Amino acid sequence: MNEKASITEKKLRDAFGSDVLAVSHFRDELTIRMTAARVVDVCTLLRDDEDLAYDLLSDLSAADYPEREKRFDINYHLYSLSKGHSVRIKIQVAEGESAPTVTGVWPGANWHEREVYDMFGVEFAGHPDLRRILMWDEFEGHPLRKDFPLTTEPIPFRYGGSRET
Amino acid sequence: MATQPATTTRRTLNLNVGPQHPSTHGVLRLELELDGETVVKATPIIGYLHTGIEKTMEHKTYDRALTLTDRMDYLAPLSNNLGYCLAVEKLLGLEVPERAQVARVLLTELTRIGSHLVWLATHGLELGAMTVFLYCFREREDILDIFEMCSGVRMMTSYFRVGGLALDLPEGFEDAVEGIIETFPAHIDDYEGLLTQNPIWLQRTKDIGFISAQDAIALGLTGPSLRASGVLHDVRRACPYSGYETYDFDVPTRQNGDVYDRYVVRMAEMRQSLRIVEQALDALPDGPWRAEDPKVTPPPKQMIHQDMESLIHHFKLYTEGFSVPPGEVYVRIESPRGELGFYIVSDGSAKPYRVRVRAPSFANLQCLPKMAEGHLLADVIAVMASLDFVLGDSDR
Repeated sequence: MNEKASITEKKLRDAFGSDVLAVSHFRDELTIRMTAARVVDVCTLLRDDEDLAYDLLSDLSAADYPEREKRFDINYHLYSLSKGHSVRIKIQVAEGESAPTVTGVWPGANWHEREVYDMFGVEFAGHPDLRRILMWDEFEGHPLRKDFPLTTEPIPFRYGGSRET
Repeated sequence: MATQPATTTRRTLNLNVGPQHPSTHGVLRLELELDGETVVKATPIIGYLHTGIEKTMEHKTYDRALTLTDRMDYLAPLSNNLGYCLAVEKLLGLEVPERAQVARVLLTELTRIGSHLVWLATHGLELGAMTVFLYCFREREDILDIFEMCSGVRMMTSYFRVGGLALDLPEGFEDAVEGIIETFPAHIDDYEGLLTQNPIWLQRTKDIGFISAQDAIALGLTGPSLRASGVLHDVRRACPYSGYETYDFDVPTRQNGDVYDRYVVRMAEMRQSLRIVEQALDALPDGPWRAEDPKVTPPPKQMIHQDMESLIHHFKLYTEGFSVPPGEVYVRIESPRGELGFYIVSDGSAKPYRVRVRAPSFANLQCLPKMAEGHLLADVIAVMASLDFVLGDSDR
């Protein structure tokens, strides 16, 4: 398993050089952080290279670290059905920065990216249908951000008529 | 009379199915564009059951957050428990004792059978086979009785805890499981007798809702639906957990990728799950049922009445909770619906920093348009049933 994981790292370094920003191992998992702008090329290589063959996008999700300048982690959990290896590819984007869509690599990324947009507000450039998926269309805010409160109660009407925000 | 246009254009009808609908398996909304009876475009709209479980879990200690996991895929609550516990245990580097591992496998497979029974019941009911519905729910009661015997709760058991089980297996457990092992095969034969060669069933399910292996993988379809399209992928085999590599079981696949094949795969899976249950029952050892690690496991109840240390220990665990070293893990298990993944990030505190649940129903639902478009309206019902999604899972 460790050998296979190294193949992934090696091939990514060969192809992308300094765009491989960090590699870490924790328990038996391999995480490789890449430059956000290259993610489509990275994913295409990971999917199409015959030794890597990451054909299944298990998950595409995000996490919010607001104290960081690039506050959003976007994680791509990949699995190869033929080789049996897994990898976590990570990119970081700042607020207002968009990430490229990988729907061209795995069509299944469509809904996952919509959920990241809905919950975190990260836009995916080139996404065919980027709109909210879990919250209703008119909802304001991005719930899974750390600065979004756990409970909110939107006040639709106030006594006295005028609505204050 | 208004002037007629020179040419008539064929227009489609937009039909809204759900979210309140008996056949959408929960609160799913489908916008269908129909040309007569033929579905030109199908757009699933979800989110009606979104309750913010992931965010809520960030505000609870690890053991309290576990109780939320039952509520996601509510037809397979123990599967959710298992995935979560495995992820936290991986972060902790905690080893789970043998008895708990075997019990987890046994109960998770019973959960799989229970979930498939609901799938079959509703699938049958929607296509008109009402007898199947009643039979399946009657048999499922036996399984729910076992869960109640173990945990006091029929469905939302939260029976698996970080480190093992919440309580030891009760007396009478083995006899009850033995009873299921003996009686179930005949029940599955009954269901198959009613459906598998039934001409009406065949007409409603054969060559309906096809998806190719290639499309399925590209869309992230997993579970029995993927296996019905010929892809031999089962997380229990691919990334074994809880000792699954020591059990002897087949992973059924089919080649046609239609509703009928998805039915056949799940029927065969029920039989395979029974095999695993039988092996687990034989292999069930004595011993501790939770990791004897005072960091995560509370002291035995009777000790609390006897010494101050145990009382304080119990108190601290149930108020502050246990802290988990910083790190991130992604653990995948095979739930009855497919790959259920837990991505947990810990920051060293007693509450998870981020819990991301990769819900199989969410990914599987994405395939609905591909399967349903081009078919008749009635076929959409069959396709939805064959996908076996649960809205609690897809929406969380």
